[in-house]
Amino acid sequence: MSEATKSPTVDAWWMRLLTTVGVPLLSVALAMAIGSVIIVFSGHDPIAAFSALLQGAFGGWRQIGETIMRATPLMLTGLAVGFGFRANLFNIGAEGQLILGSLGAAWLGLLLAPLPPILSIPLILIGAALFGAAWAFIPALLKAKVGAHEVITTMMFSWMALYLTSWIVSGPLADKGGIPQTPMLSGAVWLPTFDTIIPGLPPMRAHLGFLLALLVAVGVSLVLRRTTLGYEVRAVGFNPSAAQNGGISIPLTTIYALCISGALAGLAGASEVLGVTHRFFDQVSAGSGFGFTGIAVALLGKKNPVGILFAALLFGALSAGGGTMQLEADVSQKIITIVQGLIIFFVGAETIVTWFIKRRKRLALEREGATNA
Amino acid sequence: MPVLELREITKVFPGVIANDRVSLALERGEIVALLGENGAGKSTLMNVAYGLLSDDGGEILVDGKPVRIRSPRDAIALGIGMVHQHFMLVAPLTVTENIILGHEPARLGIIDRPKARARVVEISAQYGLKVDPDAVVGGLSVGMQQRVEILKALYQGARILILDEPTAVLSPQEVRELFGVIRSLVTAGLSVVLITHKLDEVMGAADRVVVMRDGKVVGETTPSQTDQIGLARMMVGRDVVLSVEKGESHAGEPRLTITDLQVPGERGLEALKGVSLTVRSGEIVGIAGVDGNGQTELVEAIVGLRRPSGGSIDLKGRDITHAAPRETIHAGVSHVPEDRHRRGLVLEFDLAENLVLGDHRDAPYASHGITDAQAISETARQRIKDYDVRTPSEHVLAGALSGGNQQKLVLARELGREPGVLIAAQPTRGLDVGAIEFVHRRLLAERDSGTAILLVSMELEEVMTLSDRILVMYGGQVVAEFDSADADEERIGYYMTGGKVAGAAPAGAQPAGTPDSAPPAPPMGGAL
Repeated sequence: MSEATKSPTVDAWWMRLLTTVGVPLLSVALAMAIGSVIIVFSGHDPIAAFSALLQGAFGGWRQIGETIMRATPLMLTGLAVGFGFRANLFNIGAEGQLILGSLGAAWLGLLLAPLPPILSIPLILIGAALFGAAWAFIPALLKAKVGAHEVITTMMFSWMALYLTSWIVSGPLADKGGIPQTPMLSGAVWLPTFDTIIPGLPPMRAHLGFLLALLVAVGVSLVLRRTTLGYEVRAVGFNPSAAQNGGISIPLTTIYALCISGALAGLAGASEVLGVTHRFFDQVSAGSGFGFTGIAVALLGKKNPVGILFAALLFGALSAGGGTMQLEADVSQKIITIVQGLIIFFVGAETIVTWFIKRRKRLALEREGATNA
Repeated sequence: MPVLELREITKVFPGVIANDRVSLALERGEIVALLGENGAGKSTLMNVAYGLLSDDGGEILVDGKPVRIRSPRDAIALGIGMVHQHFMLVAPLTVTENIILGHEPARLGIIDRPKARARVVEISAQYGLKVDPDAVVGGLSVGMQQRVEILKALYQGARILILDEPTAVLSPQEVRELFGVIRSLVTAGLSVVLITHKLDEVMGAADRVVVMRDGKVVGETTPSQTDQIGLARMMVGRDVVLSVEKGESHAGEPRLTITDLQVPGERGLEALKGVSLTVRSGEIVGIAGVDGNGQTELVEAIVGLRRPSGGSIDLKGRDITHAAPRETIHAGVSHVPEDRHRRGLVLEFDLAENLVLGDHRDAPYASHGITDAQAISETARQRIKDYDVRTPSEHVLAGALSGGNQQKLVLARELGREPGVLIAAQPTRGLDVGAIEFVHRRLLAERDSGTAILLVSMELEEVMTLSDRILVMYGGQVVAEFDSADADEERIGYYMTGGKVAGAAPAGAQPAGTPDSAPPAPPMGGAL
């Protein structure tokens, strides 16, 4: 091959690397910079603030454990939303599927506690994934059959999940004592924390759900790259017209993709319940909004499983370090929320810019195609 | 002194020099054809002259004076008008309303309709551009809409008229009428730039020809000094074969039989009103017709992308009337879609992934839901070689290929699975001369190997070159059938426009369809 034909693909490769890695890094840097300016205006020292943040997120095993613990559910919801994105579906309701998955995990945890953990834990995880998938199935069916937009329906299903589970833990599955929550799960079905497995580690809250999230990321990667299902999901996501012409059923692919997305969100809920809370309580995710933050994680990770893992770790670190920052540098934890918001804004801005570039290219191609019509 | 002179115009797009110091002069009362392949830079140059694009160098002179043209408004003020390939008309408004749009004669903010209408009638009579000033534009034929565009430019005071590929959407008769109009315009002192890639138009209509290639002017000549072969050589930069040799067809058993097919279209109208046709093995049946007369719907119904409301489609005794695309692919129907970017390829997929689209679930490319990257790559490399797709590897994204190579990719996939029936819709749309030749040869080779081919094309010449039988579609029906031996442009064109243009029916054409089929109504309810 001559240089002339080779160089464009090399350029394209660099461009892809730049946009997949460069843009998220740039977004984070910009967000930090603006966050610093805000800290200065609030009369504090940004360097002290961010070093306290770093200290709180990575300063020792316990802190790293905290970061990992907070990143774990975000990895799974990020993968969930990211999988939907691949099929051009915006599963804005991962939150609802996560809540259902949490409830499913708690219920199955109570039910299956007598079994040996080697059996009960996998069964609970599978069950919770099915709960999440089931909660995504109706919106998926509505989208496939009558074209109801998933942004509306999954969002509505999130609210339904919230109130439905609120009732369930106040009534049928309620613990004694009047607090809307399920009874505590037996220790047999807990996901063990790392300090109980690896000797020498200080007590920490990071648990085996982290390994589960890593495995799921590998699994999602494999499904997308190595299976006909992944091929069809990507084809539909990129160009539904061509996919349809190639014999791919768009309604079926939509249903599969949204249900898988829901299953991953359900797993996120199970991981939280079995690893951290050990019970389901009303508004289990409302404070932290794992499902919604998962959208930001998926965007920052550029829909790529590996990218999503790193994005989730970043968000986990911000959340874990925020407390230390407030305590030691006297900077409000709300700064973290602002920084997170800014990251999403810049990543979103890039998405908008590339969307415009693509659109212009497509229009230009159409014009060129029509010139000789 | 030229009325319009472009000096050393340079226009750079990211990564491409679209115009590299291009100069062009247009004299008063002259028709200059700007000839070149897709991407040669013709439209770019004229968009600069019309103010749609800003130049990156060079200067523009009108009547010998340097001018700055920053927008179409500037161009119009200088007497430059442009008719684009895609018309920019407002369908629900009348002809008069469209023509005066943006330059309404008004008093105290109220449009002076009688005055506007009178002016339109006056210009229309002056240049012989017959059109009903009160007709609603949405109901006009494409040829008529084009007239409205030209009238609009004239109404705005154009002395220099730029026509971008004006014949692309017209029937042969309409093309002839258009050139009559252009003649009368230049006789009246206007100057015309005709952007085209069609050699016969250049030979027939232009006073002078400027040939562009790769953003540069590569030559200038007159029709009397050259011929089509010479022009093609200048345009492409090497010798080209303009028409491929076609041997006798050996048509065999019927492969595809369509009976009384009805397909609903947009807005409750029927897109197909009972189409019947048969394609036998080893023959190419060509469908001629002006765009929008049901061809797209016919193709999509056959391959399963659209649901028929009546009639049947039979593939070698198997009913595929309501089959989904996956089933039609399995039954042996391949489809080269009319729009390769929309339907044909996933531009974000690499070549290998694109080459198995449709077969991606089947052995050897996948088993038990797991894809076999090795097998896919092997087949891809073989197909890329067989169909001469120019690429460094099979892992390049399809979107990075040129239009010609993308179409080869589609052909490689669709023909590579050795179909019994091939539906080829606009298979050479937007391709350059060399790629067109390649596609034509492949289609003929496929025919000779026994495939039944249904060819749909807006290029009448293409239909006539390749087909063994020609059907003409108009208003959702097949209105005439010809044997390729006794088909000529004149008679096909007569039926393409609904038998309304040339006057009396020419002798020898056989109206198709059932005996009770009345003369078809025009698709949009009407001409004048």
